[in-house]
Amino acid sequence: MNSELTGILASFIITLLIGIPLGKYLAKMFAGEKVWTDILKPIENGIYKLSGINPNEPMDWKRFLKAMMVINSLWIVYGFFVLMYQDKLPLNPDGNAGMSADLAFNTILSFVANCNLQHYSGESGVTYFTQHFILMFLHFTSAATGIAAAVGVFKAFRDKTTNDLGNFWNYFVRSITRLLLPLSIVIALILTFNGTTSSYEGKDQFISLQGDTVHVSRGPAAQMIAIKHLGTNGGGWFGANSAHPLENPNYVTNMTEIIAQMIIPIAMVLAFGYFIRRKKLGWVIFGVMTIGMLMLMIPTISSELGGNPAIARMGISQTSGAMEGKEVRIGPAATAYWSTLTTIVSTGSVNGMHDSTMALTGLWQLLGMMINSFFGGCGVGVLNYVIYVIIAVFISGLMVGRTPEFLGHKVEAREVKIAALVTLLSPFLILAGTAISSYVFNHYGNADWATKPSAWLNNPGYHGFSEMLYEYTSSNANNGSGFEGLGDGNIFWSVTTGLIIILGRFLPIIGPVAIAGLLAQKKFIPESAGTLRTDTVTFGAMTFAVIIVLNALSYFPALALGPIAEYFSMLK
Amino acid sequence: MKTLIQSIRLTLVLIVLLCVIYPVIITLAGKLSKGGGDGEKIAVNGKVVGYAAIGQKFDKPQYFWGRPSAVGYNAAGSGGSNKGPSNPDYLKDVKSRIDTLLKYNPGLQKSEIPADLVTASGSGLDPDISPESAKIQIKRVAQIRKLDEAKVASLVNAHIEAPLFGPKKVNVLKLNVALDELK
Repeated sequence: MNSELTGILASFIITLLIGIPLGKYLAKMFAGEKVWTDILKPIENGIYKLSGINPNEPMDWKRFLKAMMVINSLWIVYGFFVLMYQDKLPLNPDGNAGMSADLAFNTILSFVANCNLQHYSGESGVTYFTQHFILMFLHFTSAATGIAAAVGVFKAFRDKTTNDLGNFWNYFVRSITRLLLPLSIVIALILTFNGTTSSYEGKDQFISLQGDTVHVSRGPAAQMIAIKHLGTNGGGWFGANSAHPLENPNYVTNMTEIIAQMIIPIAMVLAFGYFIRRKKLGWVIFGVMTIGMLMLMIPTISSELGGNPAIARMGISQTSGAMEGKEVRIGPAATAYWSTLTTIVSTGSVNGMHDSTMALTGLWQLLGMMINSFFGGCGVGVLNYVIYVIIAVFISGLMVGRTPEFLGHKVEAREVKIAALVTLLSPFLILAGTAISSYVFNHYGNADWATKPSAWLNNPGYHGFSEMLYEYTSSNANNGSGFEGLGDGNIFWSVTTGLIIILGRFLPIIGPVAIAGLLAQKKFIPESAGTLRTDTVTFGAMTFAVIIVLNALSYFPALALGPIAEYFSMLK
Repeated sequence: MKTLIQSIRLTLVLIVLLCVIYPVIITLAGKLSKGGGDGEKIAVNGKVVGYAAIGQKFDKPQYFWGRPSAVGYNAAGSGGSNKGPSNPDYLKDVKSRIDTLLKYNPGLQKSEIPADLVTASGSGLDPDISPESAKIQIKRVAQIRKLDEAKVASLVNAHIEAPLFGPKKVNVLKLNVALDELK
């Protein structure tokens, strides 16, 4: 086996070696059991005291969601104005300008939502101040928001009958102090000692060996890149994201970043099982998600290593695989591996340009984001999966003619309605967005806008359609990667994707929290011979089938017009 | 209202922790790294000629060439071509890069040209090329510089980095700096 494939394998093994114990730790830590990080308690108590928070106040699901929504709304207002007036603030050594209102709108929603779609380039669109005080701040807090919401749901599912989801502030603060911050410090140190810049120096200038004058953007990037991956955020320091040699200088940093973005999503799934004292359920979900991941990953790696058939026809040597948009130090295998993980766990950082990947790779990337729960983002991946579980429970209940139950609570019309609405929301937002943009592109191509719609696309034909489909899919999934050829830095794209981002973020969090809260209030029914057990392989397979059927029905026509059509057009 | 005030206070506390204390710790630790957290520079006779991690434009025939760049190796920005695999204009670009290589490199066969030398990198700043991409340029560089081909070849071999995991690579700037020193 060559060093590229062993590199992937090693990355995956290390991910499991960290992710599995981390899951057990998170379950214990959030349940309030004794863990070694209790030494951080004085710091946390200081935070609570300064904030006037009682971390032990019980919260029902409405109070829980209120706390979450209030603080998230606050960040939107704060970030929007700071981004617009960043040119008047300190830490702007490169003299970058303030953002326009539509760009600030898109950027702040995108970062609050843990999406990190970027319609600006880091080198010129933001300052060191906004990179740290807005974007990196939200890297931490949006990830912690997702984790806290998931833990509230865990708590509701664990207790027999309760109104109490636990305290939002408590989960939120501990996600930062006992998970995100300590691990970010470790990752940032690895990055900076491998060549990622970490000082506040501004742009540098030198004369190259050939005599050209070159400017180099720099800045305190290692700090942000650490949490960008750990928190499944994805919004990078530089325009080229983790393909940039200062953001991802060598194969060691590449492994570090790819491992960092997977450990919390894996840990949260297992933590679910351990927390509700049904560890088998956690492992069954882990199994379903891993199979889903491999089904997307193996064809991706094989299509990238196979190279571009159109270039193969030119008669050159493509033994290394497809190289357009990729970096030599990373190579196509690790880029393909990354592209699958970044789309399934909603990180959306890239170490190679997705727009230039092979047609079928684009299909797998899109599917990963559409399903969005093969591990999924920090906290929210589990929540998305819970929605699929509720649907699966409901369908199974219908098949055997019994009232559906989940973890000892009857699943009734109200919960199923919420789950159905959340499930239908994604295809609605993605397909309506793509339909509107396609319509505008076709019928108003010469409209007198800042960017003419006819100039939106960087590629003709099927691939151009994929660029639009990808943008909305990524927005809805809160992924943030893009087919970056799309001319998205204008009011049409900033506003439409901004709205989809925020709906695609909060409704899929509110839905599961409400379902969990409603279920937990109901009478507990002990398991009997007639109970549909949800921690079995059979039920895991059922959920998997529901995921595949729902997504195939929703998206096959759109996918057929984009990547699938492009693939067949290239077989000559 | 109470929730809002709690939110404001918590946000302020976390800003101090996450946006001041945390990054400053990393910056201070980074001072101990190679390059001091500013990026590792390469100097010739005390004059900085570039960054080890940042590729630069080499199009003169006496130097080893790096990969095509969608941003012209302007490191004040970064980015790839974002051309799709079936884009006809893009495929034309690749063809013309192949023709350029064939023109400048005597005796080069089309089938020897590695893909990385005719495709643009993701960042536009890729500092590396594959060992094969360096090897097919040895003849040209040696002829123009009137150097012994074997000598240039051994220089290239000395610059092949083979990490435990990941692809083999050659840093173009380091190779060219060493090439200038070769007499």
